[in-house]
Amino acid sequence: MNDSVKDGTNNPGWLRRLSGGLRRTSASISSAITDLVAKRKLDAATIEELEDALIRADLGLATAAKVAAAIGAGRHDRDVSGEEVRAVLAAEVEKILLPVAAPLVVDGAKKPFVILVVGVNGSGKTTTIGKLAAKFAAEGRKVVLAAGDTFRAAAVEQLKIWGARAGAPVIARAPGADAAGLAFDALEQARAQAADILLVDTAGRLQNKAALMEELAKMVRVLRKVDAGAPHAVLLVLDATVGQNALGQVEEFSRIAGVTGLVMTKLDGTARGGILVAIAEKYRLPVHFIGVGEGIDDLATFAARDFARAIAGIKD
Amino acid sequence: MFDTLSEKLSTILDRLTGRGVLSPADIDAAAREVRRALIEADVALDVVRGFVDKLRERAEGVEVIKSVTPGQMVVKIVHDQLVETLGTSADPIDLNAPAPVPIMLVGLQGSGKTTTTAKIARRLAETARRKVLMASLDTRRPAAMEQLAVLGRQLGIDTLPIVAGQSPVQIATRAVQAARFGGFDVVLLDTAGRVTLDEAMMAEAAEVKRAADAHEVLLVADALSGQDAVNLARSFDQRVGLTGIVLTRVDGDGRGGAALSMRAVTGKPIKLVGTGEGLDALEEFHPARIADRILGMGDIVTLVERAAATIDAEKAARVAERMRKGAFDLNDLREQLGQMQQMGGIGGLMGMLPGIAKMKNQAMAANLDERLLKRQVAIINSMTAKERRSPDVLKASRKKRIAAGSGTKVEEINRLLKMHRTMSDMMKAMGGGKRGPLAAFGNMMGLGGGAPSPEQMAKLAERMPGGIPGGLPPAMPGLPAKFPGGGLPGLGGPKLPGLGGFPGLGKKK
Repeated sequence: MNDSVKDGTNNPGWLRRLSGGLRRTSASISSAITDLVAKRKLDAATIEELEDALIRADLGLATAAKVAAAIGAGRHDRDVSGEEVRAVLAAEVEKILLPVAAPLVVDGAKKPFVILVVGVNGSGKTTTIGKLAAKFAAEGRKVVLAAGDTFRAAAVEQLKIWGARAGAPVIARAPGADAAGLAFDALEQARAQAADILLVDTAGRLQNKAALMEELAKMVRVLRKVDAGAPHAVLLVLDATVGQNALGQVEEFSRIAGVTGLVMTKLDGTARGGILVAIAEKYRLPVHFIGVGEGIDDLATFAARDFARAIAGIKD
Repeated sequence: MFDTLSEKLSTILDRLTGRGVLSPADIDAAAREVRRALIEADVALDVVRGFVDKLRERAEGVEVIKSVTPGQMVVKIVHDQLVETLGTSADPIDLNAPAPVPIMLVGLQGSGKTTTTAKIARRLAETARRKVLMASLDTRRPAAMEQLAVLGRQLGIDTLPIVAGQSPVQIATRAVQAARFGGFDVVLLDTAGRVTLDEAMMAEAAEVKRAADAHEVLLVADALSGQDAVNLARSFDQRVGLTGIVLTRVDGDGRGGAALSMRAVTGKPIKLVGTGEGLDALEEFHPARIADRILGMGDIVTLVERAAATIDAEKAARVAERMRKGAFDLNDLREQLGQMQQMGGIGGLMGMLPGIAKMKNQAMAANLDERLLKRQVAIINSMTAKERRSPDVLKASRKKRIAAGSGTKVEEINRLLKMHRTMSDMMKAMGGGKRGPLAAFGNMMGLGGGAPSPEQMAKLAERMPGGIPGGLPPAMPGLPAKFPGGGLPGLGGPKLPGLGGFPGLGKKK
């Protein structure tokens, strides 16, 4: 039985929140675009400025240049309105994002379906797990959380609070305990409790710390001992405020833990999250969710069109 | 992932053979690369523009010194300008106010405020001998207050008792009062994480600042931040008023362009940098180091410091002397290998060396790690004293014995011997010649005495890209044959003699 996570469209608030969160993002870009093309021809200088606006959104040099070039293609020296440029910009960005916009598919035949959540420190793993737990629980699934962040002070308490909110039991050990051992126990317990989904939290780690990355590799190995197919999904949580380093994060976490999908958090701030476009182009990893607030239901399914239109500053 | 700026500048500009004044074409080419590199390092675009304009002005009409290439000249100008922008001196936390001195930390969610609060508390308590009270004003994130309390217990530093239901302003007021009554010198206020344009929370931070009369307001910011870092710093500075910046996750492999952006936009000094997860991983900010990192020159200063701290100075001086005489035998090599292991192995060293970040990745891919060092030491350990002194006696049967004894293969022994031969040849060349790249290299690395200047470092970085300076063989002895590229600079070759010379540098510190 395959079924995808409900995308929340039945929740009237989510779109408003998403566009609310992205509005600031888009506001600055759209004003930049309006400023630069309101009353002029789309010439080389204008396209360069457009490229700059994309760089400011963290798309990175290569992707910004590519998108800017696509916008310029066939429109050189034509008079164009801001509206038109925005539409083309959105279309170009959407073209890159469309292939990666994929919901997280939970295979009901896997019991429990093990989701490992990884990322650098402070990217929002624990909060994302709390939101995911609430989402799954609301769909009537039995969710168990594993407090795999045995390093950060009070990480376990933080997860327990989220667990209580979502009505999901939390399996934890004393701080400083071996995370891989905890993952092993948690999977066995979740199985014994006939849970549908096991969400495994991990300690934040910078991707250039070989020892910590090795620890993560060990967690994956140990999970496989219990269930050869586990983890069934490995979600990398990316902070929208992070710049070009996010590319390195995707690269390394994929190498070590086999990332299967991405979650981008903190899009309710001023950060543009444009690095997601660069990541989509380079790694083609599915983007499942975006975090747009601190509330338990502030997690939206990633929609390429909305994200692209928001980046281009088109209001719905 | 990134080609380093210094490499790029040199490859572009070294093609130009022109001497004399830097030509407009040189400057244009350089400016393009600098712009690109700064953007890739996440420096905010507006800051990049200003920087590049200033660079142009500065480079215009600069005379290229005879012994350097235009590329090297530009690298130096860029380096100087980076350091200038970042601030030339370290700016410590100011405690010059009536006790208890309130210090407030603000920043985005997940930037590391709580951990940084604990690190600063520890630093003030241990190095400045102050009595510190910590208080968490984060009433929003679940368990944030518990996190600080746990850290306080770990460090033996007092935290304000948690009273449920209080507002951040109330907690701040209570914290200052408690600090006053308790005879504390410093009270650290850890505020809730926020998103920059959330007016309500910015207003709250401003209110906390007023209520506590905060003497220092430190923005805790992630060194990995992207273009948004400037907006963050600017809005906090405008709405709350900052006195300084603490940069976290400097131990990541980000290029740290955010530091440049925030400093340029706010003009506020970067006071401290977080360099790891341990609670003692907080250091003073050295502008030159971040400048080198943005440039891609590697953190040579840190490398030198670590080398100086790790290496037995006398032993190293003795080795250096033996090198100079060309009497470098396998005993010496073993010592060098041992010291390398102590300094964090090949990976750790290469991460700090200029211009070889890419090679580091290749080394990782080639599965080159501590084990190689260990095996090489094991090989030498399996030799007799005579063999170590004069490796020339090693013929097939001895090699077989050594292979069996050390659990290695004859090929590995051959590679080790070749490495040793190459090294001792190079050292002889260094010790003997007065001129040429090798002599310069030797001087630089301390064989000739004296610490390398940034210019010399730049020059060193210039020579690195091709691999090993001077006449070393293209394939690196001692490394797996599949290892790509022109060999590892500073690994088996120049690196080791370099270590011998470092103590001389250490003295300067």
